[in-house]
Amino acid sequence: MSGADVANGAIAKQAAAAAANGSALWAGLAGIAALIALPFVFPQGFALSLMCQMGIATIFALSYNMLLGQTGLLSFGHAVYFGLGAFCAIHLMRWTGSARTGGAWTIVVLPLIGGLGGLAAGLILGGVTTRRAGTIFAMISLGVGEMVASIAPMFPALFGGEAGISANRVFGAPLFGITFGPQRQVYYLIVGWAIVAALGMRALTKTPLGRMANAVRDNPERAQFVGYNPQRVRFLMLTLSGFFAGIAGGLSAVNYEIVTGETLGAQTSALVLLMAFIGGIGQFYGPIIGAVLVTFLQTALSQYTHAWLFYFGLFFLFMVLKAPGGIASLVELHRDPWRLGLTRWIWPQYGAVLIPALATVAGLIGLVELVYRIAGGVDAGETSWRLFGHAVVATSWVPWATAIVLLVAGGWLLAKTWSGVLCQWKTVLRATARGDAGETRK
Amino acid sequence: MEFFLVSLLNGVSYGLLLFMLSSGLTLIFSMMGVLNFAHASFYMLGAYFGYQISKAIGFWPALVIAPLAVGVVGAMVERYGLRRVHRFGHVPELLFTFGLAYLIEEVVHLIWGRIAVDYRIPAALDFGAFEIFDSQYPAYRVFMMAISVAMLAGLYLTLTRTRIGLIIRAALTHPDMVQALGHNVPRVFMLVFGGGCALAGLAGVIGGNAFVTEPSMAAAVGSIVFVVIVVGGLGSLSGAFIASLAIGIIQTFAVALDWSLKDAFDDFGWTGGIAGAIAAIKLSSFAPVLPYIMMVLILIFRPRGLLGRRDT
Repeated sequence: MSGADVANGAIAKQAAAAAANGSALWAGLAGIAALIALPFVFPQGFALSLMCQMGIATIFALSYNMLLGQTGLLSFGHAVYFGLGAFCAIHLMRWTGSARTGGAWTIVVLPLIGGLGGLAAGLILGGVTTRRAGTIFAMISLGVGEMVASIAPMFPALFGGEAGISANRVFGAPLFGITFGPQRQVYYLIVGWAIVAALGMRALTKTPLGRMANAVRDNPERAQFVGYNPQRVRFLMLTLSGFFAGIAGGLSAVNYEIVTGETLGAQTSALVLLMAFIGGIGQFYGPIIGAVLVTFLQTALSQYTHAWLFYFGLFFLFMVLKAPGGIASLVELHRDPWRLGLTRWIWPQYGAVLIPALATVAGLIGLVELVYRIAGGVDAGETSWRLFGHAVVATSWVPWATAIVLLVAGGWLLAKTWSGVLCQWKTVLRATARGDAGETRK
Repeated sequence: MEFFLVSLLNGVSYGLLLFMLSSGLTLIFSMMGVLNFAHASFYMLGAYFGYQISKAIGFWPALVIAPLAVGVVGAMVERYGLRRVHRFGHVPELLFTFGLAYLIEEVVHLIWGRIAVDYRIPAALDFGAFEIFDSQYPAYRVFMMAISVAMLAGLYLTLTRTRIGLIIRAALTHPDMVQALGHNVPRVFMLVFGGGCALAGLAGVIGGNAFVTEPSMAAAVGSIVFVVIVVGGLGSLSGAFIASLAIGIIQTFAVALDWSLKDAFDDFGWTGGIAGAIAAIKLSSFAPVLPYIMMVLILIFRPRGLLGRRDT
């Protein structure tokens, strides 16, 4: 390769990077416009509160991924920082409300107070938890999380006991006519903070600290040779992640106007782990997908079945086994072929898989629901229900046979067609690696 | 004195139960480097299996069948789940067992319901074994201790005196060499995983009716068991033994005592404010936190745990 080629290549790369930056900027602006427009598209109360929940979950999941994705720290106690941030915020909200100081502007900065609460918690607890990485960190974070969660009920004055602490977010003078009474105004507050927090976390990945966090994740010994203390890097990342989690907690205090001791518990920690992992921990935007999807599924599925947590667990296990990179890794897989126009090769194969996959899932769901109907658990006694206008009776053999046939036949066909997908992917990836669609399709 | 003796016995029986869980967890951890997050879920499965089987054919068959069934479930999980995730590394392994714990809890919710089931101690063991001062000490507690001790003795003898124990111990430190000598190391792993789960299941069968059999029992015991193996030193069976007994006894005593700092604080004239809030806490309500405090103290002052050889 001649010098001119190299130079041309470098210029082309720069131009491509500039174009990518430009398009990223436009995509970002379009995204913000969409977020502003959303409450007008979905003005219903439940949709609005769902979107608020998604915004809070997004910040929380992104902050979690600072640990798991960027520093390689699997935490089972991240709810501590979220919860303590929320408690800081709600106490301040009560205090300013009763002291008749401040007003709507205090609500705007309240999430920051939550963030400082999370930061303080990180400073105190991080020293103990970040000594080691890997499995041991996971175990210790679990222990510390349980410790904080079980200390909370002992101080009812601080954590409100079983009833929790509640406050009113509307007090004092409005800010430019905004009182934060209506949910829509809270939505814009959450969106604003979510954008600021996401940009902050994104910027952090570009700093030397963010880079060192990656190095410490991949090879702590080498990071040490370069002259960095891995424990210190982990500690800083944990503290900063606690800060952002605290912001999310502060926003949840504003949104719900109540914080209970359960917020600190293992359920919250587990949920954020699910969100980040299902979305994909390898990409920055992964947890955003996960937070939106999981929050939506949580609300949507729970209306239809008691077994939704079971499906959820199954989905999570499936992701761990089959797509450990989460949804974002699947998106990334399609990115280059899409750019080269190669994805059209794969669509027919996907089409062939679709029907068997749907049949398998339908059969599985049917079987699970039937088992629950006749077992003595939550749904005991409701042995018949209506589905698509037909009565389904769990005690007769018909639904059982249907479900089993769907599962077995669907599974068999799925295995057959899936190998076609894999085979075609090999061709696509080979063509992508060459960088063209020149080879004719075999 | 009576109170002291009864609490001590209760603490020891609880501690032995904890050790049945933590011994399996420690063995699995030191062998495969996998922290089995679902270990306490197998304890819960043992309790529910025990309940279901003893309802159908009685407690004594359940005592044998339920742990074996749990062991088989565990071995299947290793063979068809864990082994596949193994190549992705330790974090996905941990996530897998975490998802499994989640799933098992949901299955229990949906099959047996959200409230505790009526799993009782068998009538044949529902009498006082001996008198301590004026009160009867329940025979079932003695039975629990006997089963735990017998099981642990069996485990110890298997590990130290038999050929399979020799291979297991060798595979712990030199898996490649053992494989090269013609032993099927993955199968040994599967057996150890299944065996550890069966031990947890047995603990569930005999512990489920002494305490409560409910869907939250796995989460309640699970984190305590993690504390036990951190405090005892990772990978150290004898450390886990000491830590199990210590935590069992400390927790039992703390639950039974309603001391508080109130009197002491009143002497100093500290009332109201933070001092008042601290003074209002009774030791019994402090009990759930004690193991975690112990863990944090150990991590600060002796990171390798009581008998561990490597730093935590």
